[in-house]
Amino acid sequence: MTVIEARGLRKAFGTTVALDGVDLRVEEGRILGLIGPNGAGKTTALNAILGLTPYQGQLSVLGRDPWNSRDQLMRDVCFIADVAVLPRWIRVSQALDYVAGIHPRFDRAKAEGFLAKTTICLTSKVRELSKGMVTQLHLALVMAIDARLLVLDEPTLGLDILYRKQFYDSLLNDYFDRSRTIVVTTHQVEEIQNVLTDVMFIDRGRIVFGCSMEEFESRYLEVTVHPEQVAAARALKPMQERQALGRSILLFDRADRQQLATFGDVRTPSLADLFVAVIGNQPGRAQGAAR
Amino acid sequence: MNTQSDAILNSTVESQAAAPAVISATQRMYWSVRRELWENRSIYIAPLVVAALLLFGFLIASLGRALSTANLDQRRAVLEERSMFVAFLLMGTTFVVGVFYCLDALHGERRDRSIMFWKSLPVSDLTTVLSKASIPIVVLPLITFATTVVTQFIMMMLSSMVLLGSGMSLSPLWARSSLLLMPLALLYHLVIIHGLWYAPFYGWLLLVSAWARRAAFLWAALPVVAIGIVEKLAFNTTHFVAVLGHRLGGGGEASSAAGRMAMDPMLKLAPLGILISPGFWIGLAITAAFLAAAVRVRRYQGPI
Repeated sequence: MTVIEARGLRKAFGTTVALDGVDLRVEEGRILGLIGPNGAGKTTALNAILGLTPYQGQLSVLGRDPWNSRDQLMRDVCFIADVAVLPRWIRVSQALDYVAGIHPRFDRAKAEGFLAKTTICLTSKVRELSKGMVTQLHLALVMAIDARLLVLDEPTLGLDILYRKQFYDSLLNDYFDRSRTIVVTTHQVEEIQNVLTDVMFIDRGRIVFGCSMEEFESRYLEVTVHPEQVAAARALKPMQERQALGRSILLFDRADRQQLATFGDVRTPSLADLFVAVIGNQPGRAQGAAR
Repeated sequence: MNTQSDAILNSTVESQAAAPAVISATQRMYWSVRRELWENRSIYIAPLVVAALLLFGFLIASLGRALSTANLDQRRAVLEERSMFVAFLLMGTTFVVGVFYCLDALHGERRDRSIMFWKSLPVSDLTTVLSKASIPIVVLPLITFATTVVTQFIMMMLSSMVLLGSGMSLSPLWARSSLLLMPLALLYHLVIIHGLWYAPFYGWLLLVSAWARRAAFLWAALPVVAIGIVEKLAFNTTHFVAVLGHRLGGGGEASSAAGRMAMDPMLKLAPLGILISPGFWIGLAITAAFLAAAVRVRRYQGPI
């Protein structure tokens, strides 16, 4: 079942084109990472999917037109936008009361169960919680909603490493199953590499790369080449070459693993390195925009 | 940890099997209004504080006067005057609260970015705007009514105790005071004038608060002043200002009725007078237009 389907999605703010004909298809049960440099159109794409912004082109989310039926769509879709959008005046217990009052798929007991594992007190106001605790609270609310699509826009921005790790751990262990779908954007590419099932790179309003993680692992190889074999390795046309600690590291697309092994250590590259290779090779784009 | 997450995983599966609860539109409205009261506690705290101050002042005054005046008629007149003063002051308080509430209602959620949270929930922009409009149009008049009636009743009791203490009969005090009629007239006045007759003001303020990026108060006042000045310069007339003044004054007939209300409510108050005036219904239509525009504007708005 297709959860999100976009065709020729376009959105411009004045003369700035934020989305320039995006085609996108997300199937049920996938965890898609949408990765791109600042201003690439990630948030605009997510806002269109969530019905927060009008757009041109075709877009269907769970069979609905998001812009015209946001409130109905939100029964099946959850999102955590940026960080700390919970109102600062609300008490934790009031947040639970309110969501339980208006959301047909909210399971209050479950949310309280998640909160019991944190140090968050039900009588606290959001303004009294630390940034990490606010994110925990938001996550507890969202995970207690039996939604089919969860959209996360930079959910761990500004959190320390403990909270960031915990965030994705609870998402995978306590929430995700094959009937749910997650779309996540983040700058911390390395953090979600092991979480994703699919990845897409977006740059200047276009999807410039997309594949499943299985495909990524079988297609891309990175070799730390022995100095005397650099020329031979370059003959195989690597996507990208970089220097680290005086050694050349070459990134290959669809190369023969056996053959590469003769040049040096072969391993699966990090998403961040592939991102730099793909986005950096775009015409008119300087390298090094990964984070 | 493992067993814990297993348990949660199992409960996930179970709850998915259960059909989702049905949430009615009324329920969404109810929780949205409660949400407003959580956020804006001044809605009920301000009238309560004013009522407490008034009672405190009245207590001191009546203790002082208990020894001096023995004239019952005079005493009753003072009490009636005080009751009106209480009603008047509480109405003024809640009107001010309503104005500031409306200016912030759709602006604050964008300023603190919480609009992203509210919009992530299955509550439509229409429900949100209506729940916010219901605060000045329905909730505040009812709170004003309850506070006023309770305050006036406590004042009656205080006066009665002072009378009893000086060994006088209570009957003249209680007989002439229209205990039932006065609250009814007050309720009518509050709902019709403060709720519905003033509704276009609240609708306009909500629209500005949904639209303005900053300085909502200025944006709300500016067009009004501008239209007044342009009209004066272009046609040398002041119809716009006159219409506004008429509206703010509670509409001729209604305001005079309100003034007499405390004296002898049911005789002079024409309950249906304002309801059949075209101005009343035009005002409601304008309110609906403002609110519809606010719904539309909120749909496009994100954090600022």
